[in-house]
Order: sequence, then structure tokens, then C-alpha cells
Amino acid sequence: MKISDIKDPFVEARQQKGYAQVSDQDDPVTMMLRLKDVRKCAHNAKTFSSEDIPGRIVVPSEVNIRTTRQIPFEVDPPKHKGFRGLLDPWFKRPLEDDYKQKLHSIVDKLVTENLAGNSVEVIKEFSLVLQSRALTLLLNTPFEDSKLWISWGTHVFRSEGDALDGDKAQVLYDYLDEKLDEALANPSDDLFSVLLGAEVDGKKMSKEEAKGVLILTFAGGRDTVINAVSNTIAYLADHPESLQRLRDEPEIRGRAIEEFIRYFSPLTHMGRVVKEDTQVCEHAAKADTRISLCWASANRDETVFENPNEIVLDRKLNPHVGFGFSHHNCLGATHARQILSTLIDVFCEKVSTIDLLDAQDNIEHWDDFDRKVGYENLTVKFNKA
Amino acid sequence: MAKITFITQDNESITLEADSGSVMALAVENGVKGIDGDCGGVCSCATCHVHVNPSQVAQAGEASEIEADMLELSDNANEFSRLCCQIEITQDLDGLELTVAN
Ligand code: FES
Repeated sequence: MKISDIKDPFVEARQQKGYAQVSDQDDPVTMMLRLKDVRKCAHNAKTFSSEDIPGRIVVPSEVNIRTTRQIPFEVDPPKHKGFRGLLDPWFKRPLEDDYKQKLHSIVDKLVTENLAGNSVEVIKEFSLVLQSRALTLLLNTPFEDSKLWISWGTHVFRSEGDALDGDKAQVLYDYLDEKLDEALANPSDDLFSVLLGAEVDGKKMSKEEAKGVLILTFAGGRDTVINAVSNTIAYLADHPESLQRLRDEPEIRGRAIEEFIRYFSPLTHMGRVVKEDTQVCEHAAKADTRISLCWASANRDETVFENPNEIVLDRKLNPHVGFGFSHHNCLGATHARQILSTLIDVFCEKVSTIDLLDAQDNIEHWDDFDRKVGYENLTVKFNKA
Repeated sequence: MAKITFITQDNESITLEADSGSVMALAVENGVKGIDGDCGGVCSCATCHVHVNPSQVAQAGEASEIEADMLELSDNANEFSRLCCQIEITQDLDGLELTVAN
């Protein structure tokens, strides 16, 4: 077993029953584990709703630390569509040449800075820095803003002990209130101003709604991107032949990124609230209980993926759900894909091999299941090409 | 060379020519509206959904099981649906007409 391997803790439960029950504060969750079931439930927004008390569909539940509804993901169709229609063009900007170039120079600079021959602790000194700097492009804000975001650490809602932390979340909320007030007084071309100036379904977006979009942007794209980047680096350190192959065969880089997303599944699962009594995998799901769509388990479903526990760099058919599925698929997916693709391009150009010096896994605990999602710390040395 | 025609939701008709690669890649390279190809063609995003002209279904070929499973839950899917990243361009496709589903 290599250090970068990520085991699949759900395999037995998935094969035997297709679901598992886990406790979450006082509101337990039935996890859906098979790819087809996960997709079907994700698609059936009528029975499995995303629109409940703000924070309830997230697992672990965030009802105790926020009252602002995250938009668009805590809004059901058809209302969801108006918000998504407004946000999609903005969140697809990473496909524009100008954006790509700016992202390239951010990544290039960061990699070059860390090529000096010293070791680098990837989580805090590389991935968090990269995520925060790249976020300035997504929000269209000054590069300097990233310094403050870096100082918040790897999770905006969690303190070091991993527990959800209301005081910490408040730091983000206060910041967003301040930025939104600034944008109201002096509109510019950043996302804060764009949201406040936008109309959805003929109605002007409120400050609370704009804040909901921004909380999602800050929280949803943070540890997920950090995990995706860090896991990729650990994998490439463990597999120098793969880095060489990506260098030699640039045409497979796109497939490799999808495969990393499948294998790493940076977000383990996302919940839904059951609206009417129903069944999942022949198990009763009562109205007002929660299920979760376990992307991590679905992405290892052996009935769909050949060799699910291996990274097959050029996997051709890869119907993964690493960015979710159906209406609520990941709004930041284009940005995340562009970050990974730029990172791989720069590594192929500038880095010969990566030495893995030290790693401590970040393990999530869900009752009977322990799932590695990334690293608490990961120390490597990038060697110059 | 195979000539392939795309009809977008705005009723714009675009005819493109190629002799290899996937139909999705051809559409994306030429900016056919409604075909995004987000996943790059690995059958994971369904943003390359088209309807094959009913008289040409045999020409385009059948969806694999994995593709059919994706289509089953896609908006606007019908019996003529395909994910065009899964259609490889060959001379046999010459004259194919596809309507963009989204
Ligand atoms: S391009 Fe993603 S499924 Fe065809």
C-alpha cells in the first residue's frame, strides 16, 4: 500500500445493503451508497429536497452555525433554475483565455517559489495558498484579499479540532457583510457588486441572498479544492511514472483529472431531506428524515467501474459523481477543473519528481466508517525539471 | 471527411467537417451552443446531449449501457438521445444531423 492510496470504507455496506445509517447530532442520516441510487435520488428533487432549514442538508448539519440559506444549492427546482441561470455564466469564466492566463501565472509563481530546494508543507503552504489566490480570480477581487483568506486556515467553519465552530463561521459572515456594504456604497465589477445588481426571475437579489451565494462560494470550494490539490500532489509523489506519463502524453491530462476527482472524491457526501414517506434500497425512509448521497462510495461502485480502487490515468468511460449529479451539480466545477489542469501543466513543465517526506492522513469518521479525505499535513520536496 | 450538422435550440444550423475525434470535441471546438463538454468526454457530465435525426439512428449507433444510464436521468431525453462525446467520427457519419438537447 502506498501513502497516497485512499481505501474505500463503504465496499461491504454498498454490496450487502446499498445503504448505511449514521448518526449526526440529533438528526440521523441514511447514506445511499450505490451509483445508480445516488443518481436517482439526486435527480428526484421532489422527494429528496435541498430546501429545508438552512444548513440541514449538509452533513454534518450546520443548523447550529448558520441561518443564511446557501444559494443556489439550498433551493429546489424550479426556483433553483433562475439562480443557477444567473450564476452559471459567471462560474464558467475559467474557460476564458484571459482567466486561464492569469490562473497560469498564479500557479506558475507558486510552484516556482517552492522549487528552491526546501521542503514544503503542502496543505497550508501550497494548497490553501493556491485556493485562496485562485479565488480572487473567481470573485474578481484584488489579489491582496487572498492574504486575509489564507489567515483563516483550511476550513471556514471548522477550528483545528475539526468541530463545527460558530465563532469561526462568524468571522466569514462579518467579512461578507462588510464587503457587501462596501459594494452597495461603491459598486465595482467584482462578484459582490454583480450579485447585488442582479435580478432573478424579475426580482432584485437581496443582500441576504447575495450573502448566501458568497457563503457557498467560500465554504464549498475551500477544503474540497485543498483536498483535490493535495491528493494530486501526494499521488504524483508516489507515482513518478504517472507524472512522466502526463508529461509525455498531454492528451490524457483531461481524463486524468476526471479520474483524480473520481478516486479522491473531495466531498464525501451531501444530504437531502425526505419530503414524503418512501423507500430507499427497500428500507423505509420517512418524511422529514435525511438521506445522503455518498459520492465517495458511488465513485467506487464495482458494478460500474472496472478496477474501481485503482487510478487509471486514461480511464475512458468514467461516469463519476465527484462533482455531484443533476440540478445541484457543483457550481465551482469549471474553476476546480481549471485549477487542476493548470497545476498539472505547470508540474509537467517545471517539476521532474516530487519527494514525499511526511504525511498525516485526514480521516473523517462516520460511525462505522473511517474515510481518508486528504491530509492533516503533507510535506514534500519539488525537484526541478 | 464526414459532414455533421448541428441544430441548436435557437434553430441555428451549423455544418462542420472532420475525419476523426469525437462529435463533442468537434462541436466544442466550433462553439456549438448548448454543447459544453464539461468532463472532456468521459461520460460523466451529460453536457453534450443531442437528439439524432430519427431516420439516422442506425448511422449514429447505439448508446452503451453506461451512456444509457446517464441519459435516463437527463433533461429532455428521448429515444433519439445520445451523448455525443461517445460518438466517434468516421466516414460513416457523413450527413448526420443532430439537434442539441439543451
Ligand atoms: S462531455 Fe461529458 S458526458 Fe459527454
